[in-house]
Order: sequence, then C-alpha cells, then structure tokens
Amino acid sequence: MSVTAPPQPPRADRPVVRPGDRIFAGTARVAALTIMLALAGVFVFLAIEGFPGLSAPEAIYAPATDFWSYVGPLVFGTILAAVVALVIAVPFSIGVALFISHYAPPRVAAPIAYVIDLLAAVPSVVYGLWGGLALAPATRPLIDWLYDNLGFIPFFAGPPSVTGRTMLTAGIVLAIMVVPITTAISREVFAQTPRLHEEAAMALGATRWEMIRLAVFPYARSGVISAVMLGLGRALGETMAVAMVLSATPVVTLNLISDTNPATIASNIASNYKEASPDKQAVLIATGLVLFAVTFAVNFAARWVIGRGEKKVTR
Amino acid sequence: MSTMTPLEPDSFAITANLAQPRLPKWAVLLVAAISLGIAGLLTLLLGWNPFAGLVLAIVLMAVGLPLWSLLLEGKRSAADRLATSLVWAAFGVVLVPLVWLIWLVVKNGIAVISGEFLTYDMRNVVGAGGGIYHALWGTILVTTAAALISIPIGLFTAIYLVEYGRGSRLARVTTFLVDVMTGIPSIVAGLFALSLFVLIFGPAIRIGFGGAVALSLLMIPTVVRSAEEMLRLVPSDLREASYALGIPKWRTIVKVVLPTAMGGIITGVVLAISRVIGETAPLLVVAGATDTVNFNLFDGRMMTLPVYIFSQYSSPGVVPVGMEGDPPGYARAWGAALVLIVIVMVLNLVARVIGTYFAPKTERRR
Repeated sequence: MSVTAPPQPPRADRPVVRPGDRIFAGTARVAALTIMLALAGVFVFLAIEGFPGLSAPEAIYAPATDFWSYVGPLVFGTILAAVVALVIAVPFSIGVALFISHYAPPRVAAPIAYVIDLLAAVPSVVYGLWGGLALAPATRPLIDWLYDNLGFIPFFAGPPSVTGRTMLTAGIVLAIMVVPITTAISREVFAQTPRLHEEAAMALGATRWEMIRLAVFPYARSGVISAVMLGLGRALGETMAVAMVLSATPVVTLNLISDTNPATIASNIASNYKEASPDKQAVLIATGLVLFAVTFAVNFAARWVIGRGEKKVTR
Repeated sequence: MSTMTPLEPDSFAITANLAQPRLPKWAVLLVAAISLGIAGLLTLLLGWNPFAGLVLAIVLMAVGLPLWSLLLEGKRSAADRLATSLVWAAFGVVLVPLVWLIWLVVKNGIAVISGEFLTYDMRNVVGAGGGIYHALWGTILVTTAAALISIPIGLFTAIYLVEYGRGSRLARVTTFLVDVMTGIPSIVAGLFALSLFVLIFGPAIRIGFGGAVALSLLMIPTVVRSAEEMLRLVPSDLREASYALGIPKWRTIVKVVLPTAMGGIITGVVLAISRVIGETAPLLVVAGATDTVNFNLFDGRMMTLPVYIFSQYSSPGVVPVGMEGDPPGYARAWGAALVLIVIVMVLNLVARVIGTYFAPKTERRR
C-alpha cells in the first residue's frame, strides 16, 4: 500500500503507479479479505444450518429431550477426555522439552526434536487404529490393577472394561497427540531463557535442577501455560482417535475404566453422521458450533497469555 | 594441604566440608545395569510382560540413583539427580508409543500390501481381498484441489501482510484471524463445508470438492504462517536495490522477493499438504465414503485413504466361518495406514530436503 497509495508526506518525486502494481496489490488485498470472509462464513453457515437443530422434534434427541440436555453429556465427555489427556501429557511434555533444551547432548538434541515432531505428523486416524486395536487390549491389566487397588477413587470405580476401550485409553491416545504440540512450544520457550540468567545461577553454585527452577521456569511460565492451552485446544477438537477408541453412551460419569463412557462432541458427530436425517444433521451441526465456540475461547485465552508474556519479555 | 597445618583444627574442618564426596562417573551406568538386571531377572522368573519389566527398570533407576546420591552427596545433589532421571525417563516413555505404532503399522501393513491391494477398489468385495485404488485416487484428487485453493490465497495473503499491509488495520485483523483459523477443529471445518454445500445443493449432498474446501480451510493458515515468516526473512536491501533500479513494486516481489524465499515457501506448502492429507473427520462428513472409483470431484461421494481406514476399522466385515483371527477389514486398515504414513513421511522428508537446499542465505534461528 505504501507505494501504490499516495504517501502521506508529499514528496518531490511522487512514485509512479503502474497498472501491474494496482492489480497485484488488489489481488493481495482480496486474498486477505477472503480469509476474513471464510471465517465469517464458518460462523454464518454453521449458524444457519445448525439453528433448526436447537429446536428439532424431541425424538431426534433421544434419549435426551431437548438440545441442551443432548449436548450436556457431550460437552462433559469432551472436557473429561481433554483433561485426562492433559494430566498425562503435560508432565511428559515439560520433561521432554527440558530434555531437548537442557539435558540432551547438543549434537543429538536436534534429531530428537525432529523425532518428536514426527509424532505430530502421524495422521490421527492411524492413532485411532492403533488405540483401538493395540493399545486398548494392552491396557486391560492396567485397568484391572487400578480397579483392584485404587477402586475407592471415583475415577477408577469400575467395573473394569473387558475390551479396554475406556475413557482412560482415549485419554492416553489424545495425550500422545498433544505431547508434540506442547513439547514444541515449551522447548522453544525454554531455549530462549537468557544465557546470562542460567550462568549466573550456575556461578552461585546451583545444581542444574536448581538452575532450571531459578532461571528457566520463572522465565518460561507464560509460554508453557499457553503451550498447554494450545494442546488443550487440540485435545478438545480431536475426532477420530476418540471415535475409534470409545463406544459411547450418553452418560455423565467420572469413571475412566468402565465400558460406559460419554462421547465427545467431535466423536459423536463422526459416529452419527452416516445415518443422519436432515433434522439430526442440523442437531449435529449445532453441536459443532458449540465445539467451535469452546475451542475458540480456549485458543483465544492462549493467545492472550502469549501476548502478555511477549510484552513482559520485550520490556 | 590441611595436613600441613595439623595444629589448627578449624581450618581442617573447613577444608573437609568443602570437599564434598561425589558419586563416581560410572555410578550412573552401574545403577542402570543393576536396575536392568533386577528387572530382567524378575521378568524372566515371573513371566511378566517385557514392557512391564522395562517400566520397573526405569522406576528402579529413578529411585536408586537419587537414593545413593542422597546418602553420599546430600539433599541438593539428590534432587538434581532425581530431576535428571525423571527427564530422561519422560523422554524414554514418550518414544515407546511412537516405536510401538510404527512397528505395528509396518508389520501388519507389509503383510497386506500387494499389487492387487494397490490397484483394486472395494466394489463387490465381501470378506478378504479388495484394495485402496479408489481411496488413493480420492486422496490425490481432494488434496490437489485443496492445495490449488489454498496456495494462491495463502501466498497472496502472506504477500499482503509483509509487503503491502504492514501495520494497517486489515493486516492486524488478518493476522488475528489466521491465528483463529489455526485452532479450528478439523471436524468443524468439515461441518462448515457441508453447511455451505447443503445450502446450495440440498441436504443429501456429498461431493469430493466439499472435502477440498474443508481441507483448504485447515491448510490456509499453515501456508500463510510459513510464507509470511519466509518473506520476512528476505533482507530489505534486496528490495531497495531493486527499487533503486526503477523496478515497480509488483515486479520486485515477483522477481526478487519470491525467488529468494521460494525454498522456504515450498517447504511450508509441502508440510501443510502433509498435515491435511491425513485429515479424516472433515472428509468423512462432506466427501462421504464409497466402494468404487470416482474421478469427478464435483459429482458423488469420494473415498479417501483416511476415511477408508476408518470405515474398514468400524465395519471390518466378518471372519469367515471356521477361520480364526481378525476380521478382514482390520488387515486392509493396517495396509492403508502404512500407505498413508509412507506418503506423509515422504512429504516431510521432501520438505526437509527442499528446506535445507534452498534455504535463504541469511542468519536463521534454529
């Protein structure tokens, strides 16, 4: 724009505006506007198609009776699965990120980071396949053990599933999909810790762990929080892995190891799509709109935290 | 040194405190060997799962070394050693699923892949047999169409952000919206495309092109981000040199800026393609599933590899009477998964090679 439009302070030699410039700048502008339109379109079209879903005939929502009691267990299931995933993924992500940024020998750190990024490249449907056919049967001894020894905690109230297709398995699969994202961001934040802070801590006689606690963690806190929230956004929106691992029933339960598990919004859409009538389709689109709103809020919060962190760093 | 002045017990005490005992260098290896030995012995004797044995070895290691350190070196060193063990253990544990998954996919997939598997579709296939031909073509067509939509939009948006819109309100809004788009769940993108085409064509519509629209919604933000980053790396000296020769801005962009950044941009585009090629949910919702080859993006359902895996997994068929083992669909799902992973990995490698060969000759942060 600065060249094609007349510049604010009038200069002696006003730049020549050629038709080529106009066309090119116009195309670039249109592309940017297209993105705005596309995003507005997402809201508008989902709203238009989903609106009838808010007040469909009661039979559509069976076994629930109206939209909110239909979507309630799904929202609960979505959040439960995401929280289980994060509880598992966050400690590992921070550990691996620290490993890459501070513990691994420098020569192998870059290849290791690449390997972790490969985890993110594996398509989610392959994770689902692996989760359903390999991981689920393999977790049976674990959930039996959890039921026998920790059955008094509501999460492990049982009765333990015989197929292994439980909320816990879905959470583990989601966790494996979240780890690369949170690791990639945390590792970058850890690596940006000012070298002088670290060396000052070491010079005062701190061990490596004390140095990390004193210099790295305080510096990286907001970055790690936003990494976790971006991971949460991924876990909330993930469809196939959950749809392929869970056989869902519309219940609200904290029980992670039984055969009755709530579905998530996304997996519910995927598994009910084939046999959906237009009414049901509208209901599913409306739940999609709810999911969009939730992930939007989470991502927005994450960006806000990042923005705040950046301001602090540049100060 | 302290023996030189045996008459002053105070100085002796101080030097003794300064020289704190340290674990020898081979202590880590020793503890690791002992932990592995104990765990291996128990695994063999009690007939455990080797995986459980490995976990026990890691736990023994993570407890044993800090304990020894606590006894010999004191609390602070023990905490340090504990943290080190935990960080290493975290890394080891994260590798387990990756290795397990790749191993399973390769092992089960190789057994299925054959000339027939790659060149037959699923028409009239009951039981074993059949292949991924229709899904392969569907994936190629849908992904190509998605790339054709998103590369021009993404590239021109990046050009706008870097070259034209610097600091303008539209640029700020666009940057924010691209951030928002990055976070759109893939199934919502699918629902968006579905709503769009349902509004135009009526509720029963399922076409491959809808899948392409959904995928491009997921692909555009990745393309914009990487292209923007690459364009910003182009030194402004180059631009100014071109302006000084009297070359118009648009030709400067086309002839100077874009060629300089081309390697990075191609890398970003290839990575974006490898990201969307494995997307299942949006395609399931708007492109549907079918058993036959469909070359027309604008008419009828179109099968793609990820959806193929999902449908083979969710309706795997029945095991023939009198036979043991998994239903035939599972084998096909593993085979398709292997093909899909190979495609994704090849794309990633290509992107990496392009990135290193055509990297702009500027200082880049790692």
